[in-house]
Amino acid sequence: MAPVGPLARISRLGSGICRNHRLIFNRSPQRRGIASCIDPAHGLSDEQREFQKVAFDFAANEMAPHMAEWDEKEMFPIETMRKAAQLGFGGIYVQPDVGGSGLSRLDTSVIFEALSTGCVSTTAYISIHNMCAWMIDTFGNTEQREKFCPDLCSMEKFASYCLTEPGSGSDAASLLTTAQLKGDHYILNGSKAFISGGGDTDVYVVMCRTGGKGPKGISCLVVEKETPGLSFGKKEKKVGWNSQPTRAVIFEDCAVPVTNRLGEEGQGFGIAMKGLNGGRINIASCSLGAAHACVQLARDHLLVRKQFGETLSNNQFLQFKLAEMATKLVASRLLVREAATALQESRSDAVSLCSMAKLFVTDECFNICNQALQMHGGYGYLKDYAVQQFVRDIRVHQILEGTNEVMRMIISRNLLTES
Amino acid sequence: MGSSTSLVPKSVTAAINAHGFGYFGCPHTFGQVGYRLKRTEQYIRVKPDNSSVVTDGVKHSMNPFCEIAVEEAVKLKEKKLIKEVVAVSCGPQQVQETIRTALAMGADRGIHVEVTGKDYETLGPLQVSKIMAALAKKEEAQLVILGKQAIDDDCNQTGQMTAALLDWPQGTFASELSLEGDKIKVVREIDGGLETIKINTPAVVTADLRLNTPRYATLPNIMKAKKKKIANVKPADLGVDITSRLEVLRVDEPPQRQAGMKVETVDDLVGKLKEAGMV
Repeated sequence: MAPVGPLARISRLGSGICRNHRLIFNRSPQRRGIASCIDPAHGLSDEQREFQKVAFDFAANEMAPHMAEWDEKEMFPIETMRKAAQLGFGGIYVQPDVGGSGLSRLDTSVIFEALSTGCVSTTAYISIHNMCAWMIDTFGNTEQREKFCPDLCSMEKFASYCLTEPGSGSDAASLLTTAQLKGDHYILNGSKAFISGGGDTDVYVVMCRTGGKGPKGISCLVVEKETPGLSFGKKEKKVGWNSQPTRAVIFEDCAVPVTNRLGEEGQGFGIAMKGLNGGRINIASCSLGAAHACVQLARDHLLVRKQFGETLSNNQFLQFKLAEMATKLVASRLLVREAATALQESRSDAVSLCSMAKLFVTDECFNICNQALQMHGGYGYLKDYAVQQFVRDIRVHQILEGTNEVMRMIISRNLLTES
Repeated sequence: MGSSTSLVPKSVTAAINAHGFGYFGCPHTFGQVGYRLKRTEQYIRVKPDNSSVVTDGVKHSMNPFCEIAVEEAVKLKEKKLIKEVVAVSCGPQQVQETIRTALAMGADRGIHVEVTGKDYETLGPLQVSKIMAALAKKEEAQLVILGKQAIDDDCNQTGQMTAALLDWPQGTFASELSLEGDKIKVVREIDGGLETIKINTPAVVTADLRLNTPRYATLPNIMKAKKKKIANVKPADLGVDITSRLEVLRVDEPPQRQAGMKVETVDDLVGKLKEAGMV
């Protein structure tokens, strides 16, 4: 603990300990209130700053102190997430008439970025949950919205997004889970892989094949947990994202009422992709929060650690490296926020921008966190230090919700297609 | 903002005590409750001319004890023991952010007492308490709740001075507060333990750390807060003269911590203490 010893000491204990000082400094620098070039509040409206403040406070007080334990013990922090839902984080961009907060995509990005500084894995799950709630809110009929959304917004119930299968990841449209119409039910057969929350969540938004090949044969069904024929694989052991369970979801003659279908038959793939546009902004925002936290951790470390007779902060290479990290962080943030605005306004470049943001930001932020770990030297490799958890947790952001390779496919298609 | 401030060297975030807010109540049994919010810094350096601390570009937020005071007022309103909660803050334009946070926590309306520039730099507990007293009378408050002290200057004076100016009873360092008819029962944290007192209303109470745990503002409440009103007032409008009677001569950082010394035996220790003239 030597290099960050002084930081961990709190001056003037006694009568005036304010809430901030429950934090251990080397794990939660995000509450330091240092105004600087990487301050995520720049450019936001007063109201957005309020949202951000609540999210940062919540992250610092309710998440950061537990992030290591949740990772080590693989705990799904249901109570903490429900507390977050009470503040309105369960359905941030879901409409208020069914319990959502009715905020914009940009507000959402700001919130997830802040929450992520407390625990990336938990925030990422909350964002997936939000995505599912939005899909039901936007594409569901009145009965479906009223049945599912209020419980999802309060996190009385949790949701999972089921698209990927063992045989179809990037080639999502080739999915094989079938849904055969029999009377007033669809009979589902097949399995989904890598489902976040799978086995512990209550509501599964499942993309399955009701028609012929390709995307036009896919529909979107909402499957509830206790439905007979629904079972789960073993809990996967992962490098990160350990505060959310990941399991295969298995359908064996699982009967789902037709009334649980979102939209029309054949619209499922479109619904899934629209959900993912927002999901990509959310995941990128989670990467941003991790990178922000890591830049602060690296900065603090450089100011304390001494080698060759002076603090590392006097070393020009490290100064320049830190500057590069900060620059990439701010560039990433601007891209995500622009993509969020474009999506909110349904601009023609929204889909490409969301893909660009996901691609650029997840890559750059991983590099930032990785660099921060390097700057910590050997200490960066120890689990006592938060930086390694940020690195492990955001590594997967370059893979899920559409690999960064698929993002390139989307962007190049936009460039090369004759309009 | 007071005479010498105790600071800590650059590499450590200051952990400082908070100064409080005032709450106002209105004349009926279910009164309005108002409070004063203070914006305080969280990371500080002394200016090169030793005149004060650097505040430009430093992130400010609501004084932690003020948050506790806001929470208490909102809780009283939720229990239907008071009618209205008014948040008050004195300072430049930026204090409106702090008032908005209080509104998002549940206050009904805000009052921004405009004090800017040099006046703001010299604004201390005496002037603030004069403003509070004037507002308490104007709003016909029943209860004024402040945080016990601010974490930037640690004065711990505003609540007491406000009570004295109004000639109202005071319940300071409150760790528990309950309304009993037209009296207020306050459990105070004192050096020897806990003291329970009953005071008449109208009264001034200052919040201590264990009074409550402030709630997070919820997203819907933050949006509702936008519609709540913040009135603008100048100290002159209240007939208050805010010239300071204090002049800050100098602000210094605390001395650098000296290295310690290890000794082998108790005799060595006593010897060293005698050498240093401490024994």
